[in-house]
Amino acid sequence: MNLRKLLLIALKDLRLIFRDPTGLVIMLLAPFALTLGMGALSGRFSGSTQLGISQISVAIVNQDSGELGQALEDVFTSRELNELIAADILTDPAAARALVDEDQIAAAIIVPEGFTASIFSPESGGDVPVVEFYENPTRPTSTGIARSILESFLNQVEIGRVSGTLIVSQLLASGAIQPQQAAALGAEVGREVVGSTEDSPSIKLNTNTVEGSGAKFDLLAYIAPGMAMFFLMYTVTMGGRSLLVESRTGTLARMLISPTNPGFVLGGKGFGIFLTSAAQLLILIGGTSLLFRLSWGDGTAVALLILAAAFGASGWGILMAAVLKTPGQVAITGSAIALLFGIIGGSFFDLHMLPEWVRTIAKVTPNSWANEGFRILSMGGKLAAIQPHLTALMSMGALLYALGTILISRRGLVRK
Amino acid sequence: MSAVLEVHNLVKKYGENTAVNDVSFDIQEGEIFSLLGPNGAGKTTTISILSTLLSPTAGDATIFGHSVTRDPMEVKRLIGVVPQEIALYDDMSALENLNFWGEMYGLSGGALKTRVKELLEQIGLADRAKERIKTYSGGMKRRVNIAVGLMHQPRLLFMDEPTVGIDPQSRRAILDSVKSLNAAGMTILYTTHYMEEAQELSDRVGIIDHGKLIALGTQSELTAKVGEMDTLILHLAEDEDSGHLAQALKTLSGVLQANPSDHTVALVTPVAEELLAPVVSRANELGIKIQSVDMREPNLEAVFLHLTGRALRD
Repeated sequence: MNLRKLLLIALKDLRLIFRDPTGLVIMLLAPFALTLGMGALSGRFSGSTQLGISQISVAIVNQDSGELGQALEDVFTSRELNELIAADILTDPAAARALVDEDQIAAAIIVPEGFTASIFSPESGGDVPVVEFYENPTRPTSTGIARSILESFLNQVEIGRVSGTLIVSQLLASGAIQPQQAAALGAEVGREVVGSTEDSPSIKLNTNTVEGSGAKFDLLAYIAPGMAMFFLMYTVTMGGRSLLVESRTGTLARMLISPTNPGFVLGGKGFGIFLTSAAQLLILIGGTSLLFRLSWGDGTAVALLILAAAFGASGWGILMAAVLKTPGQVAITGSAIALLFGIIGGSFFDLHMLPEWVRTIAKVTPNSWANEGFRILSMGGKLAAIQPHLTALMSMGALLYALGTILISRRGLVRK
Repeated sequence: MSAVLEVHNLVKKYGENTAVNDVSFDIQEGEIFSLLGPNGAGKTTTISILSTLLSPTAGDATIFGHSVTRDPMEVKRLIGVVPQEIALYDDMSALENLNFWGEMYGLSGGALKTRVKELLEQIGLADRAKERIKTYSGGMKRRVNIAVGLMHQPRLLFMDEPTVGIDPQSRRAILDSVKSLNAAGMTILYTTHYMEEAQELSDRVGIIDHGKLIALGTQSELTAKVGEMDTLILHLAEDEDSGHLAQALKTLSGVLQANPSDHTVALVTPVAEELLAPVVSRANELGIKIQSVDMREPNLEAVFLHLTGRALRD
């Protein structure tokens, strides 16, 4: 019965927020309009097949003599990406960096010597040489795109490396192979992984796409999640504010006087914020798919990311209601937080333009995790690639909800 | 008759401030019991404790035998509450509000539908049920606010100043509905700072001031405390000094109390008619102009004045 009431309260809140014209403007109209505007500015709508950004110049220096270095080269020079990326293969890392410094190219990717061997050889002990991404700070969008492609490639390599290590370890533990056979088997697994890497949809970007025509990078898929997450923070602010408004108008007291456990009343309010947030993201993601023919990638992963992002963000709404005293304070502080999170969380420009310490702080924002997650998915990434993002957002939500609930109880909002 | 509500030495403190100070009373089944007192006297705090919204600092109360501190969920099922504020959702219609609150009280399906229809007809809003609350007048909102408190047909209803801020016609309708509910067998705890409402409605009255219950009884029992005293209310012009006049009138023979407030002086006296001439004469001597004089026979306001030295609306 109490769970039914929890749902009743949440659905009531969802209904009320969708009846509020101001709320609708902030939740739906503004993000659509801004996405549309930024898409138009970037040239996204100027032609039916052309991308807003094309021929991003990238230099690749492959010092690795193994299969992975070659696979990375192949990805960046693939036919599927030739409209988007103009990759030059160089041999001198210093020359490649100089081209970036002189603003002639957007980024240089330097694959170190022994990269493949370090990944596929069990003797390497897990010390993997770092692939260098040397970026041009004056071309944030272009470097962001190139980095996304590189990260997607490296994610897949990492999955292969972990799988290979696991297989060898399990075979050793079960006695199926002798220790002296491990090295040879590791190399064999390595070759298998490289083989599968070459056929992998995640590495050969955009082959796993709608209509099977090969998904291309779409700038709107870069802009839209940023806008959605930015305005989502306003929505959770409205949700948090509604708890204090109900406390003032007496409807919260009336709910608490009804035969309902106070915890479920508070739970209903929290669930209402989550439902509203999830509905907003769903409409924005669905809307951009329909209106702008935007492909968001793996449906299940997108759905899970929507739920996780809504949960992580709505935790902030509960925390604001718990800490701040009046609805006015929540509205003002919430707007400031939405703006701050939007900036440092990468809703307006690429996070890599910011100093390292800001990027570290940005980890507390749902924007940074969700924005990156949506971009990975839109670039063809699968559920496994966004697992850290899902975990971070769910942990953020759980922590904030728990903290908010404790503070609200201490404050006596539900019983004094 | 048996007691449906028993309050035992209830105390509520906020830091150094005592909002409810050792209050005890009971309410018998079928009664209308009024808590009468000025704003800030502790009426709403008392109702909030009885409706389980606040925890008492000390003391307890039982409702139909269930403790408000130890068995709050059972108490919630048995009581209905009409709060002082309009606790409704402005952007929802009366129908939607009643449906929502009905479900919060565990009603559903056909029973909910029937009850909502009954209540809408009872409060005369069946034809406007689908309009949003924000389009209603203050009186209409008050009626819906009361209907919500009646959704689950409680045996004991708490009404916290339900007539605040509404027009005389709506107030009349609400007072009549309180009487009808009581006639139908409902026990009612009614709080007000309007002496006339307490007089009209109540079987018994508790007078509360500064968190303390200072008098309790039927109206005749309470007015007997004042004896044969009448009250003379002198209305002064705005720029006149009521304190100065009150001081001067205290010395007159037959004046037991002289209490100044904004532009009025209230005199408690057993000889009101004989006192009129000397009062006017003393005022003239002081150069203070009396605009009008009201003479009141013993009532609850006089009782309050007698007990506290202040008028009820101070």
